[in-house]
Amino acid sequence: MNPMPASYLWFIPLLPFSGFLINGTLGRRLPRAVVGTVALLFTALPAALVAWLWMTMCAAGAPTSIESVFRPYGHEWIAITGFHADFAFTVDHLTLIMLGVVTGVGFLIHIYSVGYMAHEEGYWRFFAYLNLFMFFMSVLVLAANFLLLFVGWEGVGLCSYLLIGFYFKKTSAANAGKKAFVVNRIGDFGFLLAMFLLVAHFGSLSFTQVFSTIAQNPQWQQQGAHFLPTICLLLLLGAAGKSAQIPLYIWLPDAMEGPTPVSALIHAATMVTAGVYMVARCHVLFDSSPLALTVVACIGAATAIFAASIGMVQHDIKRVLAYSTISQLGYMFLACGVGAYAAGIFHLLTHSFFKALLFLAAGSVIHALSGEQDMRKMGGLRTRTPITFWTMSAGVFAIAGIPPFSGFFSKDEILYRTFTSPNPLHIVLWLAGLLTAGMTSFYMFRLWFKTFFGEPRADPHANAHHSIHESSWIMLLPLVVLALLSVAGGWIGIPAALGGNNGIERFLGPIFANGATGEAVALTTGHGLELALAVVSVLVALAGFYIAYVFYYEKPGTATTLAERNRRTYDLVKNKYWVDEFYNAFLITPLLMFTRGILELVFERGVVDGSGKAAGATTRGMAWLTRKQISGNIRSYAGWLAIGAAAVIAVMLFGNSLWGHL
Amino acid sequence: MQLALFIIFGGLALVGALNLLFQRHPIHSALSLVVVMMSLAVLYWSLGAEFLAAAQVIVYSGAIMVLFVFVIMLLNAGKEERTRGSRAAYAVGFPGAAAIFCLLSFVFLSERGALMTSNIGGDLSNAVDNIAQVSAMLFTRQLLPFEVTSVLILVAILGAVVLARKEQ
Amino acid sequence: MVPTTYNLVPTAYYLILAAMLFSIGIAAFLIKRNVITIFISIELMLNAVNLTFVAFAHMWHQVSGQIFVFFVMVVAAAEAAVGLAIILSIFRTRETLNVDEIDLMKS
Repeated sequence: MNPMPASYLWFIPLLPFSGFLINGTLGRRLPRAVVGTVALLFTALPAALVAWLWMTMCAAGAPTSIESVFRPYGHEWIAITGFHADFAFTVDHLTLIMLGVVTGVGFLIHIYSVGYMAHEEGYWRFFAYLNLFMFFMSVLVLAANFLLLFVGWEGVGLCSYLLIGFYFKKTSAANAGKKAFVVNRIGDFGFLLAMFLLVAHFGSLSFTQVFSTIAQNPQWQQQGAHFLPTICLLLLLGAAGKSAQIPLYIWLPDAMEGPTPVSALIHAATMVTAGVYMVARCHVLFDSSPLALTVVACIGAATAIFAASIGMVQHDIKRVLAYSTISQLGYMFLACGVGAYAAGIFHLLTHSFFKALLFLAAGSVIHALSGEQDMRKMGGLRTRTPITFWTMSAGVFAIAGIPPFSGFFSKDEILYRTFTSPNPLHIVLWLAGLLTAGMTSFYMFRLWFKTFFGEPRADPHANAHHSIHESSWIMLLPLVVLALLSVAGGWIGIPAALGGNNGIERFLGPIFANGATGEAVALTTGHGLELALAVVSVLVALAGFYIAYVFYYEKPGTATTLAERNRRTYDLVKNKYWVDEFYNAFLITPLLMFTRGILELVFERGVVDGSGKAAGATTRGMAWLTRKQISGNIRSYAGWLAIGAAAVIAVMLFGNSLWGHL
Repeated sequence: MQLALFIIFGGLALVGALNLLFQRHPIHSALSLVVVMMSLAVLYWSLGAEFLAAAQVIVYSGAIMVLFVFVIMLLNAGKEERTRGSRAAYAVGFPGAAAIFCLLSFVFLSERGALMTSNIGGDLSNAVDNIAQVSAMLFTRQLLPFEVTSVLILVAILGAVVLARKEQ
Repeated sequence: MVPTTYNLVPTAYYLILAAMLFSIGIAAFLIKRNVITIFISIELMLNAVNLTFVAFAHMWHQVSGQIFVFFVMVVAAAEAAVGLAIILSIFRTRETLNVDEIDLMKS
């Protein structure tokens, strides 16, 4: 196989962009088959290119990174004194994994969407936006400097807004889109400030330059220079906005208003992982500031346990999955916070498989029940939709962390690294992670039992127009592929303690070279500790399974009675700890009062409208005066004539001398 | 003698004008204007413009004013009545006219030095009489305006005929 | 101010007389309500201007001033003819010569 030329890298984003242009401009008039084919083609080709790229970079003697710079007519993107930026792509092993997720899972979801959105209006718009998203996400992942990454960052935020608000005629969907965009923007603000500081202190935004400058100046970390933690915390703010961590996670549950494939692609597999990717990419920066790392880990752990607790009491199947996503993202941040970047990326990989699978399967369930999303009205689907059942089960077992499914290996790696990290809070963080694992297992199996087992509780009149049926093959095919990946995908990361060679950590080794690796840690603490911790986490997962079994299968009313007895706690958790209401009262309402009260009344009505009205009133006044003068009375005309004549005579006679005096 | 002519006929013109202003019936105003025009003809003659003096009498008072009198008789115009509006006009008109007069005379009097004096017959050459001079200028250098005025009169005739015709 | 000989009259006197006639004409124009009287006052103003021209023509020993007076007379004649025709047609429709009642052009 010939190696891929570096210039071909540019096709990976540009092909979906062409798909966006075609579907966006002509799609309205094209038949659905053509629109779907165009979208699939322009997603399959980049996936093929990425596969070729993999083979190129995994071949013997291949370089560890490929760069490609685009300079039109030899000009850089930005070239001013003191700051240069380029359109530059760089590919290393981390990029390869992210590209694989983006193009591979993206392609599968595109296939699924062709079936899922077949009867929706705005089919062309959906695929146009989806292709646009692929373009921006590829740019984000391939970027070689912060500025180009930010372009992709903003772009995926835009596509998220467009796709969440896809059913724009529904007010709740439009509001959810707005909420997502605005909250993202707050994160972007942090990112921007971080970029400004980077330019101020490093003079460049290119990854290689910034990281090498840090490596050459170890005294900064020793002297405790303040700008390094500041930059890291601001970057963390950006990541929190994009990856839905505390305090900016509020948009993700509302984002479930979008179509299910959107939830699968953007809010499970790719966009929300951009924050984790960014932290991993900037690990040199974060490693230089232990304070920032601790903050990352704490936020990750707190978000994980917080979101898991809310997910336990939600009734909408997509909401449960949304909170689950937030919680799993918390795990990834926890991993990065304790320095186990490879483990975080490993979890990102397995999470993209099983979370996308879970969302797509949930879409299949909803489709089968003709739009029903409330789990209290589901049940007994095991026999009616068998393939959906089996594939979704693979996803549920994976996320719960049952071996040998993929989730077990990645989650376990994270918990092990947290336990053994030198961070003073490591036990607390480990306990939080363990508890979250238990809660995850509980709510996922709760979902599993409520949806597929028991008596069918579906409202018989709701699906009068077609009975409960399995989805078409085009929707089932990606489910099967993702199920297989959820089962087997973790086997690339089996640690030595369990007999594997931890391939993924070796793969990512050169990237995170200056951090400790799991193997190195294991050598110090011994394989016994790792095995013991693995057993503990499996037991916790099984405990979650057992509790869910009792509550929802064996004795179905248990959960309701428990909720009744602890009414106040139940209400608190069910209402998401009133966080949205808190934000509304303390942030949004004062802001609205300020805008509507002061800015709108004073500036908008007073100054802007006022000056317009004043101009109009002036003209009207002058016109009124003029009208008064044109009275039709000849004598008054004569009078004005005389006055005018006198004025002219006076000016003529005395004008010169007056002019001289001035 | 120049001064005596000036004072007598200037005063006559002034009296006629004031009579025009204060008379209430338009026919009296028209006849006062005739008096003014005759006096002005004498003044023109004293300033050496004999042709114009004759033209003033023949054309202005002999034709135009006769036309005015015809129309006044035809329309049977009556006396003007006093109304509120006319009192307001008195309040505005007199001061306004007085103001203009003061303005103009101020200028004329302040430029008295530049303005020379005049006497009868004056320094106009005795070898050529006034009408020969006027015609020499009129038919050579001012020929075009002269022809244009004839067109103007034609247009005025046509306009007057059309406008004054009874609607059929 | 008093001339040394009685044969010489300063041109300024003629001009002031013309100014007086002119302002009386303006006063009549503004005060009178009969439209024919207003026309008459216009003629008075024109005559005053004519006097000015003739005085200056005599002062500068040029005949152009008199030519101008000639033209003014022609124009005054044309204007009087047309104006009176208009008054006739207005009188036919409106039965009034009061200028305050002819105000159709009021906006």
